[in-house]
Amino acid sequence: MNHRHHLELRHIRITLDDHCLVELDARVGPGEVLTVMGPSGSGKSTLLAFLAGFLSEAFDATGRVLLDGQDITPFPPEKRGMGLLFQDPLLFPHLSVAGNLRFGLPPASPDKAERVEQALAQIGLESFGDRDPDTLSGGQKARVALMRLLLSNPCAVLLDEPFSKLDTHLRHEMRQLVFDRLHDAGLPTLLVTHDHDDARDAGGQVIELS
Amino acid sequence: MPIRLLAAAAPIALLLSGPVAAAPDPADWQAVLDEARGQTVYWYAWGGDERTNGYIDWAADSIDERFNIDLVHVKLGDTAEAVSRVLAEKQAGNDDQGNVDLIWINGENFATMKANGLLFGPWSEALPHYPLTDPENSPAVRFDWTIPVDGLESPWSSSQVVFYYDTALVDDHPRSMPELLDWVQANPGDFSYPRVPNFLGNAFITQALLELGEDTDQFYAPVEDADFDAATAPLWDFLDALHPHLWRSGRAFPANNSEVRQLMGDGEISIGLSFSTTEASGAIANFELPESVRSYVHEGGMIGNMSFLAIPYNAQHKAGAMVTANYLLSPEAQAKKHDPVVWGSNTVLSLDRLDEADRARFQDIDLGIATLPPEELGKVRGQPHPSWVDALEAAWQSRYVGN
Amino acid sequence: MMLRLAPVLIVTLLVGPILAGLVMAVLPAFGYLPVLGGTEFGLAPWRELFAQPGLARSVIVSFATGLVTTGVSLTVVLLFLAGMAGSRLDRWIRRLVSPLLSIPHAAAAFGLAFLIAPSGLLARLVSPGLTGWERPPDLLIVQDPWGLSLMAGMVIKEIPFLLLMSLAALPQLDPQRRVAMARSLGYRPTIAWMKTVAPALYPLIRLPVYAVIAYTSSVVDVALILGPTLPPVLSISVIEWFNDPDLERRYLASAGAILQLGVTAGALLTWWCLEKLTARLMACWIERGGRQRGERSLRLAGKGLILASTLTAFVGLGGLALNSVSGFWQFPAALPEGFTSIHWMRALPALAGPVTSTLTIAIGATFIALVLVLAALENEQRTGRQASKALWLLYLPLIVPQIAFLFGLVVIMESLGAGPRQWVVIFGHLLFVLPYVFLSLSEVYRRFDPRWSRLALSLGASRNGSFWRVRLPMLLAPILTAMAVGLAVSIGQYLPTQLLGAGRITTVTTEAVALASGGNRRVIGVWALVQATLPLFGFILAVGLPRLLWSNRRGMRGAP
Repeated sequence: MNHRHHLELRHIRITLDDHCLVELDARVGPGEVLTVMGPSGSGKSTLLAFLAGFLSEAFDATGRVLLDGQDITPFPPEKRGMGLLFQDPLLFPHLSVAGNLRFGLPPASPDKAERVEQALAQIGLESFGDRDPDTLSGGQKARVALMRLLLSNPCAVLLDEPFSKLDTHLRHEMRQLVFDRLHDAGLPTLLVTHDHDDARDAGGQVIELS
Repeated sequence: MPIRLLAAAAPIALLLSGPVAAAPDPADWQAVLDEARGQTVYWYAWGGDERTNGYIDWAADSIDERFNIDLVHVKLGDTAEAVSRVLAEKQAGNDDQGNVDLIWINGENFATMKANGLLFGPWSEALPHYPLTDPENSPAVRFDWTIPVDGLESPWSSSQVVFYYDTALVDDHPRSMPELLDWVQANPGDFSYPRVPNFLGNAFITQALLELGEDTDQFYAPVEDADFDAATAPLWDFLDALHPHLWRSGRAFPANNSEVRQLMGDGEISIGLSFSTTEASGAIANFELPESVRSYVHEGGMIGNMSFLAIPYNAQHKAGAMVTANYLLSPEAQAKKHDPVVWGSNTVLSLDRLDEADRARFQDIDLGIATLPPEELGKVRGQPHPSWVDALEAAWQSRYVGN
Repeated sequence: MMLRLAPVLIVTLLVGPILAGLVMAVLPAFGYLPVLGGTEFGLAPWRELFAQPGLARSVIVSFATGLVTTGVSLTVVLLFLAGMAGSRLDRWIRRLVSPLLSIPHAAAAFGLAFLIAPSGLLARLVSPGLTGWERPPDLLIVQDPWGLSLMAGMVIKEIPFLLLMSLAALPQLDPQRRVAMARSLGYRPTIAWMKTVAPALYPLIRLPVYAVIAYTSSVVDVALILGPTLPPVLSISVIEWFNDPDLERRYLASAGAILQLGVTAGALLTWWCLEKLTARLMACWIERGGRQRGERSLRLAGKGLILASTLTAFVGLGGLALNSVSGFWQFPAALPEGFTSIHWMRALPALAGPVTSTLTIAIGATFIALVLVLAALENEQRTGRQASKALWLLYLPLIVPQIAFLFGLVVIMESLGAGPRQWVVIFGHLLFVLPYVFLSLSEVYRRFDPRWSRLALSLGASRNGSFWRVRLPMLLAPILTAMAVGLAVSIGQYLPTQLLGAGRITTVTTEAVALASGGNRRVIGVWALVQATLPLFGFILAVGLPRLLWSNRRGMRGAP
């Protein structure tokens, strides 16, 4: 997992009815975290939707997103290589824990079962493979979600306030885990949050939206 | 020139356009039997009575076994649905692929189909079993409600209106319409008849018309030839007097024969009527009527008629339909139908024309406890011309509907 | 690509036949019917129509049935929902009401008729002890001239429909929060619901309400059993005219069919005006700010009425069941003199054919409907566009009375020489199944959390993969419910089956109605029970299958 990816946001400008919501120009290197902060309604989620490829047609967006030098702006979401972590872990309720991890693996991966086992071991959840995800604790769920993301081999990661719903004592621990993992994997990361602690733990550059 | 060419080409094109099957000819019966083999015959027949349906199932099995014909009973709530269907097909230009192969029909529906050219034929008089009905001596076979049959339908079933009453509730039953009126006035709410234009309701008011009218001959000619108001005045006087004392004070009427039977079974009324002489016996056996029910007829005779089987002009399986009609006219099938345990519908065959063995089939049948023996049924009054029934229906509706 | 076509396909499939059928009714209504020699346009059919005895009464009763039935059903449902506090009784009532949706109208009507008739179950239970009746009283209850028993029969069936439609729409309004907010301002819970949730709920169930008005103002099978007879409601008169041996009556019948269309449209228009008026009155009531008055009576009325109607339906069905095994049963005995299985034994051998064709048609129509609906909804999701306005046309089959276009449709199908009967009937059923499947599924589908699909896509799944592997399994329960609704709708169809099937297709419903014309209550009991049981299986599967599949998945309980 030592690919060196970099993400470049070139002259991004998103408007709604001629009203400018977001304006951004930034570069995120391998393993770096760019934190975008702002109160609700400041266009953070709109920016994420644009980067992931889900922007509603109501918005006008200009600028380009370059991933490893390639312009991915015209690509559909599933071809962009952008991994997502949401506020909720969003483990598929109809799949087992292992099924959720397997969902992340690209279809052509060899030795799927073995890789899922390894992944479970990495997050300290050996023998949890057959469990109903709804029976896991909040922290366990968050770890499975992170591992599922990593297994999907993204080239960059978008974090949508992923720690806001965790208990305070878990929050710091999870931040550490997530940022370490992403750093080790060399993934450029964009974190959207309104929590200053998130930004501090992330350690990268911070952009404030108003 | 081109026009004439076209005109000449048209019949040729028709000939080429496909095998327009020549209609089977019943005079060559073996050919009809051969053609019928393997056909599926769709028989559109009223399906509201389980015993009738059971009989038709039995007939379908026999016909399959004997003639290799698959007979399918298309159950109707109302025979006119089949007439509508043939009409819709004619409207859509479907002149040889019709869905209806055989219809159980008589009276107004027959008159309509005949008048609109919706029937195939003549064919019925050439059926091998037709002579057993003794057509020369039984006008009922040749005239359907005074309309000449002209070989367009084959006789199937004969029926006569009878009254039935619960002996546990009625001491002495009426013997004529005036007596019925007296009885109803003395026992309000205990009698009703089906709502016109149901065929049994029509039969009741026609019976009253025939019993109360003075010159009954006029009813057997088209209504246009008579003074309708004068001829029907006694009927309306009678009904006006009768209705306030009927079940539900004449503000509602049972829908049909079966509802009358059900009202009897529930004890809501104590005199009912039916178009089948074995109805009461059959219903007792079927737990629908109490065992104390018996039948009776009016002095001077009750109205009766015959029902037939007809083939639409565009039927797809005419040969199979003819073979079916002929089998249903056989002594075996007719005797089975006559048995009240099976259905209890009267035969159209003339017993004099049958040989000893076939006659015995009929004489051995137990007609049931509530059925009148043939000699007590009295004389059969013929159905008036259909135009009278139409006119009576309309007049009844405008007098008694929506007031 | 195929997905793009789905909405277009749906609309043509539904609107085409209805418009064509209507045209075939309009032409004869103005005297044009060449096959009977009518080649000149004129108003003669209308003159004949207006000269029919009792026409005014027919029209009034049809019109009133539509409005009164809908008004009563909607009121009961809203009152019940307002007073629903999640108590055990409430949950029990909800569970009791749902299966009623699957019971065909005709079966429920037979049950009610046997319950309330002067010789019916109720009278038998109290006679002769309380009433002294040795014979049934001569009272005109069933088939009363003003259609009151007809309306009662319809209310019993429409309450479950409106209730389930409301329950499906409610979650998006977040009623608990609204009520909690109002209660914090001092409103009693039922009043709070009426003032904060009901006004928002109504627009969401407006369409089902309109469908109820259209259906009840033109109903055929229930009116045959419970409706007035002298004259009957308009729809029945029209059918009688269509089926009259005198073919000249075709013109009259067509004019009547168009008049029925007008009556239904009139009822809808009147309702629309009443809607506006009620909105005004509600606004005043809400603004006045009353917080307490009427709380108890409203809540009790809601529970009491819905309980009464539900129990009536069940006791009626129980009466039918009793009839199906009874020997002779004279008034005023509360129970039959003897029991016999002969009615079932006679019917059983005849069941196989109709049951098979019923299921083939129902499953065929439901499956096609489901594929089209899913395709249209998925297309909506992918293009991100709001529901196309044209999809409103989807509800045309629910708003246009069947008798107005079905007779014309038969002629069209005949002239197309349309292939095997079974397919023609499946197509006919599709007209009615599709809107109901759409109605049951669309809200859940649109409300499905978009993050699930986004997540799947961001994990590298394709759009199709995300549909098959995420959306479909997660929506399994509502999809099965929509299928059960579709099956129930198809199983209950009488007129389309009979007309389009040329009578050759026998389903349990056509069989039940044909035997009903024979009036033998024992046999009707057997067939009505069979007719009611089939759709129930569908609902049991729809509830049971997800429970079985997701027995080890807590997150899948209480569908998304």
